[in-house]
This record gives sequence, structure tokens and C-alpha cells, in this order.
Amino acid sequence: MYQGIRISGFGGQGVISAGILLAYSGMVEGKNVSFFPSYGAEMRGGTANCSVVISSDEVTTPIVSVPDTVMVFNEPSLTKFEPLVKPGGLLIVNSSLIKSKVKRTDIKVLYVPCNKIADELGNAKIMNMVALGAFAANTGALSVDDIINTLPKVYKKLKPELIELNSKALRKGAEVLLN
Amino acid sequence: MAEKKLMKGNEALAEGAVRAGCRFFAGYPITPQNEVPEYMSWRLPEVGGSFVQAESEVSAINMIYGAAATGVRCMTSSSSPGISLKQEGISYCAGADLPFFYANVVRGGPGLGNIAGAQGDYFQSTRGGGHGDYKVFVMAPDSVNEMANFPRKCYEVAFKYRVPSMVLADGIIGQMMEPVEFKDHEIDVEKLPKLDWNLGIADGREKRIVNSYDLAEGMLEKMVLARLKKYKEIEEKEVMYEEKQLDDAEIIIVAYGTSARVSLAAIKMARDKGIKVGLFRPITLWPYPKKRLSELTDKVKHFLSVEMSTGQMIEDVRLSLNGKAKTYLHSKPGGSIMAAEDVLKTIEAISKKGAKEHATIK
Repeated sequence: MYQGIRISGFGGQGVISAGILLAYSGMVEGKNVSFFPSYGAEMRGGTANCSVVISSDEVTTPIVSVPDTVMVFNEPSLTKFEPLVKPGGLLIVNSSLIKSKVKRTDIKVLYVPCNKIADELGNAKIMNMVALGAFAANTGALSVDDIINTLPKVYKKLKPELIELNSKALRKGAEVLLN
Repeated sequence: MAEKKLMKGNEALAEGAVRAGCRFFAGYPITPQNEVPEYMSWRLPEVGGSFVQAESEVSAINMIYGAAATGVRCMTSSSSPGISLKQEGISYCAGADLPFFYANVVRGGPGLGNIAGAQGDYFQSTRGGGHGDYKVFVMAPDSVNEMANFPRKCYEVAFKYRVPSMVLADGIIGQMMEPVEFKDHEIDVEKLPKLDWNLGIADGREKRIVNSYDLAEGMLEKMVLARLKKYKEIEEKEVMYEEKQLDDAEIIIVAYGTSARVSLAAIKMARDKGIKVGLFRPITLWPYPKKRLSELTDKVKHFLSVEMSTGQMIEDVRLSLNGKAKTYLHSKPGGSIMAAEDVLKTIEAISKKGAKEHATIK
């Protein structure tokens, strides 16, 4: 089993924390994992991205150049990462903010209104969790429960009600399935 | 078995140093190693150690000179331009036979370069770096787990031979997160063996002098030659390397750090296509595993050096092979990382015997 993942969006959308949570969940599940962020002159409002590998074998390169799955949270990220997805791979598009449609026909595409779902749950900040839920349900690389169980391990200071809210977002995202 | 933790390379390095007995850190911020001083700033006070953010790199390395002279396990870290600034002080430490540990989390150069990971400081690290005849013990981790566990070995070698030791990482190893398991128990600094050369309260003992010069005729030569003897012993006893899939290999990739990780991905792809490639990963860059590389030429005649530089380590590969096999270079300089797919193309070219020796194949 091997999943190479890229997540990309505006700084502040939770790109990096989503990546760390994924890697951590994979580690808890006994997989080999790596996480690599874009770093340096990143800022809120700029673009940030990260690479995550979850694998049953040894992780070779931590930088995923041909991802099995890409999650894009904003328009510029779609432009940048659509060409990289492995043929047959999955592209999860935050359709709340991205109005363009995916042009490639050799990949699976899942439009998830992440911000809309997060707003309905009452907190726009958890849109990244909606995307992770969709990722888990549609790839099977991890289960939604794996990620939910890991939440308190990564966010040690998070209040129980916020853990619960994040869990809800993960479950809501998992309801969005490929046709 | 200790529980695995997901840690950033730079943090794992800092924690590894503390567990190996580091009690003094002086440094100055620079990307991509900022997590090292950040971590040390709260972690060292927890164990009764001291952290200083110096006003400059030059100041930091001279604080290390002073701390090392007292025999305390001390550390500094920086990234390429900052390490260049520290070279004078490192040379003085080497000349005064002072053991200490430092890390260079390499970024693109020369000059200010960029903040991305690179391997362009290989020559600087393996040839001494500053002025004069000296060497530094250099370890090159290729994972966060090695970042966590190499500082201990670096301190062991530094104190056994009284030489500076370093971890040469690249920005990618520093910034990435991976599961970490600390292999050894935390060192109790109170139980470290007493030294017979360090400075402190004399308390009736004979006077000790720590310096890097002796102006009497012929004395410096004696000092340098005594040090050379130590270096020969390090070359004899402290070489480390890792071999993967060499049993049936017809081509050997030689790579360290992140380049070794990318090479492994390329090797997997090549083997799927029936090309027999293996990996030789030097773990110590000085001393370089020359002897073992030379032995490998009995069976293998094609060696590909994969580097995030214009080709620096390849010179050590050539010196080791001494004309007994062909060498090739896959180079990706300027703070960028090679794609495994491109390394595969180079492997295929060599396999078809179409590659010109020593040529860079993009």
C-alpha cells in the first residue's frame, strides 16, 4: 500500500495541519509516513502546500512529485497541481472557492463544497477536516475513525467540544463519495 | 520499545543532542534550521543547561570555543551562509583540539542563495572548512530518525579524539516530519568521565592551557602531525555506510541525505524495469568509506553519484574507485531536489551504455 498526497491552498486554510494530522494518523495505524511542508516565505493569504506519504513499505522520497491524491483548497492550487496527479489518481477540489472545472479526463475528480459544509457546522476553520474526511472515504488509505482517534494526540490542547466539531467535519466530508 | 513520535528533523536533532548530554547552545537564526535554536531555547533550561541567542554567528562560535574549553557538551547550528561565518571559530577549535558538535542544515548557495534544501556544502564540510590542516567528523543523516540519533555518535567521536564533529543535513531533512524512536537512554551528564585537559577551577592541579598555537620552532608541525595521527585512527575506526540491494547490482548509486532517499525511489522503478541497481550510502562523509567503495569495483563497474550540487562528492567517489570503474553524475544544484523519474532516466542511459562517462544527464 502506498499513498502519495499533496495538499495545497491559502496559508491559513489548514493545509499544513491537515498534512500533519494525516501523517500522524498513518503512523498510529502502524504505517510508514513522512510529511514535508513548503516553508520559508509563507504567510496567511499566500499559498502553502505539503507532501504526505503513507506507505506499508519504507518511505523513499518525502517530496511527492506524482501524487496519488491531491487536495486543492483554492483556485491557484488547482492550476498548479492538476497536471501533477498520477493518471487514475484522485483530485479533491474545494468547490466552495474553486469555480473552474478540472480539464483532465484521466483522473478521478471529487468536488467537495468544503467551506459550505464547514459553515453549516458553524466554523469555517474546519474546512480542511471536511476534505480529509472525503479523502479517507474515497481512498481507503486511512479510515475516518483512524483520523478522529488521532485528533486528540496531535491537538493536545484542543477542548473536547472542538475535537467533537472537527470529528463532525471529518464525518460530513466522508459522506461525499465518487459516483 | 519507546513510543514513536512524529517529529520535525530539526527538532529531533535538538532533542537528540540534549539526550546525548548537550548543556550549552549558542546560535543565531537562519532558515531552514530555525527550529533547532527554538527547541533548545525551552528544552535546555529544563535540564539545567543554557541557551544563548548570540548577536551574530561569529559571536556564537566563539561562545562555543569557550564552552568547549571547559569540557561541557556544547552545540551550535546554522545553515550554509551562517556556517561560513563560523569557519574561523571552527578552525580555532580544531587547532585547540576542542570537542564540540555542530549542525549545518544546508540551503542553496553560494552567497545568500535561497532557503531550499541543497548539498552544495560538501567540500566545505569534508575538507575542514576553515583555514589550516584539519578535519571535522561529518555525519549525513537521510531521515528524521537519524537526525535524532546521530548527535550521540558525534559527541562520542568528538570527545574520544578531541575533534569537532558535525551533522550535515539538507533543508529537506531539517523540515520534514517522520516517526522517531530514540535508540539510547538519555545520558546522565554527572556520570560522564572526568576529562584531563579541560579548563575550570584549578584547585591546586597543574596549569592547563587551551590554545591553537605554539610559536616555538617546529612545535606547530609537531602539533599538526599529532592531529594527523588522530585523523588516521578516525579513518580506520569510525567509517559508517549503508548498502541496499547491492547483491546483484550492475550499477551502484552513491548518494547521501535526501539524494539517497530519492535514489531509492529511482532504484525501485529501475528494478521494475529489470535494471539491477543498488544504493551505497556513505553515512560518514569524513571519514569517507573509500575502502569499501574500492572493494565493490571487483563486481561492479558503473557508479552513479546523485547529488543536489554541481558534483562535489563525485570527487571522493573517483578517488575511492581510483580508475577501476566508471563514474557518472546526476546533478541538481541551486536548492532544488531531483525527481526520481529523472534519476531513472540517467540509470537507463547508463544501462544502455549510452551515457558518456562523467557526463551530467538531466
